Amino acid sequence: MSARDAILSKIRNQVAGDEDQTARRAAVANRLATAPKGTIPARGQLNTRDRLKLFCQRAEAVSTTTVTVKSYDDVPEAVAEYLRNRNLPQAVRMGDDERLGGADWSKTPALTKDVGPSDGSDLVGLSHATCGVAETGTLVLTSGSQNPTTVNFLPENHIVVIHVSDIAGDYETALDQVRQMNGKGRMPRTVNMVTGPSRSGDIEQKILLGAHGPRSLHIVVVDD
Amino acid sequence: MKITTPEFKSNAVEALKNQTLQKALSHVEEGFIDKRQMAADALPEFETLRDNARDIKNHTLSHLDLYLEAYEEKVIESGGHVHWAQTAEDARNIVLDICRKVGAKTVTKGKSMISEEIGINDFLEGEGIEPIETDLGEYIIQLRNEAPSHIIAPAVHVLKEQVEEDFRATHTHLPEDRNLEEPETLLDEARTVLRQKFLDADVGITGANFLIAETGTSIIVTNEGNGDLTQTLPKVHIVLASLEKITPTLEDVSQILRVLARSATGQDMSVYTTFSTGPRRESDVDGPEEYHVVLLDNGRTNMVGTEFQDMLRCIRCGACMNHCPVYHAVGGHAYGWVYPGPMGAVLTPSLTGVDKGGQLPNASTFCGRCEAVCPMRIPLPKMMRHWREREFERNLNPTAQRFGLKFWAWFAKRPRLYGLGAKIAMRGLAIMAGSKGRLSFMPLGRGWTKYRDMPAPEGKTFQQMWAEKQVGKT
Repeated sequence: MSARDAILSKIRNQVAGDEDQTARRAAVANRLATAPKGTIPARGQLNTRDRLKLFCQRAEAVSTTTVTVKSYDDVPEAVAEYLRNRNLPQAVRMGDDERLGGADWSKTPALTKDVGPSDGSDLVGLSHATCGVAETGTLVLTSGSQNPTTVNFLPENHIVVIHVSDIAGDYETALDQVRQMNGKGRMPRTVNMVTGPSRSGDIEQKILLGAHGPRSLHIVVVDD
Repeated sequence: MKITTPEFKSNAVEALKNQTLQKALSHVEEGFIDKRQMAADALPEFETLRDNARDIKNHTLSHLDLYLEAYEEKVIESGGHVHWAQTAEDARNIVLDICRKVGAKTVTKGKSMISEEIGINDFLEGEGIEPIETDLGEYIIQLRNEAPSHIIAPAVHVLKEQVEEDFRATHTHLPEDRNLEEPETLLDEARTVLRQKFLDADVGITGANFLIAETGTSIIVTNEGNGDLTQTLPKVHIVLASLEKITPTLEDVSQILRVLARSATGQDMSVYTTFSTGPRRESDVDGPEEYHVVLLDNGRTNMVGTEFQDMLRCIRCGACMNHCPVYHAVGGHAYGWVYPGPMGAVLTPSLTGVDKGGQLPNASTFCGRCEAVCPMRIPLPKMMRHWREREFERNLNPTAQRFGLKFWAWFAKRPRLYGLGAKIAMRGLAIMAGSKGRLSFMPLGRGWTKYRDMPAPEGKTFQQMWAEKQVGKT
């Protein structure tokens, strides 16, 4: 007997030796198909305005910085300003995201954009989030050429753009949005839920920012 | 790794004498307890979510075979591979095979308790492959050639001065006069040293906090981002996971995520919760070309369907040890294997045998704090009692203890004699204590009085008080 069959048959014997297997299979198939929701915290169940407010508040509580702009065409200036304020060179690493690429970059001619995955030599990464979650100020990023995963982790600083309509109240709504991208049961290769910049408490339980991922995380909300 | 669990008592004595360890352990109480409480209090639905989390896992465990099949199908559908390992040895060989096939020289590792359980580091090293721990705490203890002493804070027993010594001894290519006094500078140095290792590695190994049956996804929950670099940069990503990590759907995992970080570190959400499904796609420009999941049994199938099944709900948050007076006193290494604290006291005998791990369930005051804070509501004290019973049934306790228990049981079955004996013993002890009201010596109780006085009994016995209370009641 293969290891697989040995393990499965042992479990089956011990948890459901004499039970009706058809009923068990139906219970499992049903749960996988219907994916029932549990308890959704009331905290995030707000109108769009208040949800945005909570999202920014929760993000700032975990050392993320946030700014809101009126359109995608204002994103380049928001990025340039962030870089100036932190004395960073005017250069970002990014994927070929259409919403970011489609913004009007002509007003920030000094800002260079390198498109493609990061190889670890970039100071600043720029991404577009698939969605966000207000209850904990969490960003949801999905892999692909539009927003490569390496951009989320290798650069020292990470700027993430999110559209206000993509901010959900709770994880269930956000993950369902991810699920709809490729159809039920098909996830993108990588989904990163990001809540604040990288940190570690491994030396004497003192929390320090900037462990292996970005030292700073900045969110630009497009509220048009 | 060598199991020193049978030597728990002498390990504990050594730990109590170790001043450095005692100083480091003080951070556990400061660092975790208040933060957990604040996070729990700030979410009104927290207790309901704990109930839901328990119910989700109970449902999953009673259909574990079917969810494992569904999960495997989805992993394969997304281009990944599933390997089934009945023993630690099987798992090690599977990992080695995968590494050999791609000619791996170095392997980076995210934090994984399963990798500790199967002892993969020593094994790979013996086969000429260099394993590199990348979680800061795991990196520190790898340099020190130690095992983790806590499941989420592996280097909790190490002081920052010791980290400085270890870094100076290892990172000899850096200037000797550099300043490493602050934790910030130590963290920076680890970041710089490990960055190149991430980029050079051929294989990345991570654990998994959850495996989702609906989508064939593995999830890691971390704060540093090392797990993500570990699994994104190399050609091959290997996930080491035990069977019980299965969770049915994205909705189910959302429920459990809400209690995980709050119980562990007191965060509302850990910084990085990463979902991985299969290898790199056509539309991807980064990510691993191969994705393997090693599903480990190693004794867990012996637990399903028994009184120890509840233990398989554990999500490894560490809250039980953070709140355990015994863990606070002796730290994690005294427990002698991979899993310390209350969860270790139940899991270790389950996985290694009660003959090796039997002392651990006895190292409890049954104060009940572990169960009170467990996000999955695992009845840890009850299960420790089960192990004590098994130990007694199998004649594994010392003769004196067995004799004592039998002696007590003989009286306990004869209530009148018991009441009389208790009265006499109480008076005797009160006379012995005299006006001090304390006993510095007690017959058959030297183990207690060696370290502290025993307060003398005063007033009436419990049975007397109980009898008085019953008078007048119908």
